[in-house]
Amino acid sequence: MLQIQNLQYSVAADGKQMGILRGIDLTVEPNHFMVITGPNGGGKTTLAQCIMGLAQPTGGSIIWNGTDITALSITERAKLGVRYGFQHPPRFKGLTVCDLLTVAAGRTLSHSEQCALLTQVGLCAKDYLNREVNTSLSGGEVKRIEIATVLAGNANLMIFDEPEAGIDLWSFSRLTETFGALRDKRNATVLVISHQERILSMADSILMVSDGKISGRGTPAEILPQIVKDTVFTCKAIEPQQKGGNC
Amino acid sequence: MNDIDRSLLETVASLHEIPQGAYNIRKDGKSAARNSTDQIQITPKEGADGIEIRIAAGTVNQSVHIPVILSQSGIQESVENDFYIGEDSDVLIVAGCGIHNAGSETSTHSGVHTFYVGKNAHVKYVEKHYGQGEGTGARIMNPTTVVYLEEGATIEMDMTQIRGIDSTNRITTIHVGKGAEATLTERLLTHGSQKAESHVDIFLDGEDSTSRILSRSVAQEASEQVFFPCMTGNAKCFGHVQCDSIIMGNAKISSIPAIRANCTDAQLIHEAAIGKIAGDQLLKLMTLGLTEEEAEEHILNGFLK
Repeated sequence: MLQIQNLQYSVAADGKQMGILRGIDLTVEPNHFMVITGPNGGGKTTLAQCIMGLAQPTGGSIIWNGTDITALSITERAKLGVRYGFQHPPRFKGLTVCDLLTVAAGRTLSHSEQCALLTQVGLCAKDYLNREVNTSLSGGEVKRIEIATVLAGNANLMIFDEPEAGIDLWSFSRLTETFGALRDKRNATVLVISHQERILSMADSILMVSDGKISGRGTPAEILPQIVKDTVFTCKAIEPQQKGGNC
Repeated sequence: MNDIDRSLLETVASLHEIPQGAYNIRKDGKSAARNSTDQIQITPKEGADGIEIRIAAGTVNQSVHIPVILSQSGIQESVENDFYIGEDSDVLIVAGCGIHNAGSETSTHSGVHTFYVGKNAHVKYVEKHYGQGEGTGARIMNPTTVVYLEEGATIEMDMTQIRGIDSTNRITTIHVGKGAEATLTERLLTHGSQKAESHVDIFLDGEDSTSRILSRSVAQEASEQVFFPCMTGNAKCFGHVQCDSIIMGNAKISSIPAIRANCTDAQLIHEAAIGKIAGDQLLKLMTLGLTEEEAEEHILNGFLK
């Protein structure tokens, strides 16, 4: 179980402290599939990075399966089964897809295991295993390899930061199947930051994060209509027209 | 041969025992073992300290090992080895030098390797340089390599110096004939206060000649590296120079690639980059369970692979 209590993250800007996360309280049941959404700059990525240890919170605590991981290093969290798929994955000159999958799995994978992992993200092992993860790969290819590294680790808490970004429509379809299978397996807690309706609709619950706080949580049936309503009626550009003013 | 010698041989030439086929093992300034075969003859070079390796035309799938080891402190040697590679042959040549300096005197190995590669022959040349030893004496290597490629000949050169050499000045010159191809991959890691300088000059003299230089280096601590790769196109040709370096600690790197065209049909490209290990690379590997030190080592090993 993931328990987050009064999580705070602030940065200094113009001599003042600016709150990025402003008191997040959250409990996620084991093997739950949660999609986190909300406006840009609302704090979603910072929340995910605090869980992985990539950002150090300025207040509050994070408990994973009964262990307070708030002060643990990234490596220690990874060893406890926490994995994070970067929104913008780095590239490596010299390291191949096979090298990365080996590190991610913590052991040498059989060829069929490597094939299965890459197939889940819509890549053919024959074409990719020996490719370097360098600038010769497109953004979408690197993103899919990134997702494969998260899947390779047999993690019990997987966090994906906008996995669909940069991925073409055909591969996205394959990716949604992979996330569906991950949800149905029920052997890991999965947090996905996404704005895609197809991913939002497969969630056990949707968490809305905006302005550094949780602004809503519920099933897709409860939250999706609210998202549509907020998207249309909070647009400041069209408010004056609705009120009869000039835009 | 003692344990140190065996360890050096394994590191520089991947040899666990006396190799099959033709070989010449040089130890502390003298030939320690030599073997010729019907197609590969190794003889002393007249008028100089060194050997001549003559590979008969049409020799295929054979190898020559010519490792050099220095395990006595204070050895100063200069060796000239000439390779005559017959037409249509396809051979692997494994060179390499390992210095173990346990004393206070400087150990130096300087060598000139000259290759005459016949028509349509293919050579894979692997050279590793390595130094070790707890002594205060410096370990110095100054290799010079000169290659002449005749029509249709190809050479793949894989030259590596990973750790342990206090000072090196590498000079490589390749003349590429008609339809011939030269590929040079250079990998270098320096640390401590080591200094390394590498001059590579490739002359694309023949029509449709091609060449690629890939240089990857890592400079750690207070070490210094300077690269001068230069590609000259004297005919219709293609040449590509790529230099990538990772800089760490207080190291200094200069990378000065040059391309020169003396023919309108010469197509030459150069790229050079120097940078530190990106923070997000370290973080990514740490999210997969590696410590920061393990992540750094993994990135460097991959880069220099």
